[in-house]
Amino acid sequence: MTHAPSLASPKQTWGALTVKLLVLLVAALLLFAPFLFQDTRSIEVAARICVFIVLVASYDVLIGYTGIVSFAHTMFFGFGAYGAAIALRTMGPGWDAIALGASVGCVISIVVAAAIGLLSLRVKAIFFAMITLAAASVVMVLASQLSQITGGEDGITYKTPAVFKTAYKLLVDDHGKVVRWFGVKINGKLAAYYFVYASCFALFLVMLRLVGSPIGTVLKAIRENEARAEAIGYRVVAYRTFVFCFSAVVASLAGTIYAIWLKYTGPKTALSFTIMIDILLMVVIGGMGTMWGAVIGAVLLVLAQYYLRDLMGSAAEALVNVPLAPQVLAPDRWLFWLGIIFILLVYNFPKGIAGTLADKGASR
Amino acid sequence: MSLLSLNAIETAIGQYAVLHQVSLEVCEGGVFVLLGRNGAGKTTTLRSIMGLWRPSAGSVVFQGQDMRGLHTAEIARLGIAYVPESMGIFGGLTVEENLILATRNGRFDQERLKRIWQLFPALERFWSKQAWSLSGGQKQMLSVARAIIEPRKLILVDEPTKGLAPAIVDAMMEAFRDISQTTTILLVEQNFEFAKSLGRDMAVIEDGRVVHTGSMADFARDTALQNRLLSLSAS
Repeated sequence: MTHAPSLASPKQTWGALTVKLLVLLVAALLLFAPFLFQDTRSIEVAARICVFIVLVASYDVLIGYTGIVSFAHTMFFGFGAYGAAIALRTMGPGWDAIALGASVGCVISIVVAAAIGLLSLRVKAIFFAMITLAAASVVMVLASQLSQITGGEDGITYKTPAVFKTAYKLLVDDHGKVVRWFGVKINGKLAAYYFVYASCFALFLVMLRLVGSPIGTVLKAIRENEARAEAIGYRVVAYRTFVFCFSAVVASLAGTIYAIWLKYTGPKTALSFTIMIDILLMVVIGGMGTMWGAVIGAVLLVLAQYYLRDLMGSAAEALVNVPLAPQVLAPDRWLFWLGIIFILLVYNFPKGIAGTLADKGASR
Repeated sequence: MSLLSLNAIETAIGQYAVLHQVSLEVCEGGVFVLLGRNGAGKTTTLRSIMGLWRPSAGSVVFQGQDMRGLHTAEIARLGIAYVPESMGIFGGLTVEENLILATRNGRFDQERLKRIWQLFPALERFWSKQAWSLSGGQKQMLSVARAIIEPRKLILVDEPTKGLAPAIVDAMMEAFRDISQTTTILLVEQNFEFAKSLGRDMAVIEDGRVVHTGSMADFARDTALQNRLLSLSAS
């Protein structure tokens, strides 16, 4: 007879608690973002952060927990985005189109991931990475070439369900005007944001559940030593293929959510290698194999992408009388400074911010 | 009754032939000790049984089942546990996680867990610690504990006393004595005193060939044979 182990819960380091508190703070800020930051750009940033947290976390399940290096993650993101986009354009702005588009995106992701996984997860990591890079390149070329279906380089614009239109009144007062809470209109834009937030939150919880389950422990064991995992009875290729499919499906769903939010899908928003590089940076900055790192990495990099230029512009103006400062801090040089910040972060947080912080306060 | 039979297996690592026509019969119950000098092919024999290195000829039969073509994971699931020389623990996982990995359904049998804690009290003390932070002896205890957290039919153990302090070796001996009451152990060991006190049957392997098989009691009495095969003195 087997029983659940009656064990004392492991002690948390103060560093790990700090990370969890930071993540809780981010979750709370994102939850109230439409009320705290009432400009359009801030809501765009908040929605992008939500989607990228899921996308980066799904990549972390792959690279951080299982040790699989893939460059095809944006490909799966693209499958979900294009699935929803094509369905919404073809069938019209309904939930049936979203469900069908998301399902098709997931099915294609599973088939492609399983095919790549079963055929190539036996080879060495570098060859697997190259195969995923090749697959992602092929899909990107196809998306550009099959312009009748995908819209080519221009992408596809479409309508989403009426409840997500800015003009849609979720709550109306006695005069038929849209109700405001704390100055914020309770309209379709707000509904769209909370759809993104709730979907991303649910997907993140699913991933947390997976990595916290016995399967998560097996994945960590495989990352550490495949032969040892085999010797205690685990089919490494089967587990690696499963986790590759799982993260592909989550990335695909993130793509669908982002497509619904943007009401536009094109190569630059769904398939670009720039997105893949962003994901890699976010995983490294946040910390691999922690899940919480995905939250921290996504928040920092998206904020930097949107606000670093502005910040540098303000700094350049403030230091206009300081020799060289306006030139050094010119907003056009924001990528240079982002690179410097990245190097400093990697130097000071070798395991990523979440990984390094979590180790603080640990005893032998 | 034979639990495991190696029938003229030949194993090569790369271009080097390591095992030549190795045949062994491991009977059910007790400890079977595989002795031999460094590089004789003892570890290769264990790895060939586990399918970590594939024999190019011959067969490995476990409980009447020919294991040729079986994947390592499938061999493990037949009820064979492997405690490698390098201990084979997962340093990045906690003691608890290391053990739970070896359970069949992700849950502990409390009776077995209590038995393990009695055999190796340090594991209970360091339950939530990451395995890399354990001492060498504790890592070896964890490795052995992982092999017995579920009922096994056969445990392959590769040099469990290597580099351990005498007090730990004594504890390990007691543990193996206890485990061998219920589980067959195929033990590779260079510490002859340790092997002698545990072994019921034995074989000596030299240059990838089995050069002697018999009972440990007979071998322990024959100092001339020990000198010839293992370069051991009577002491």
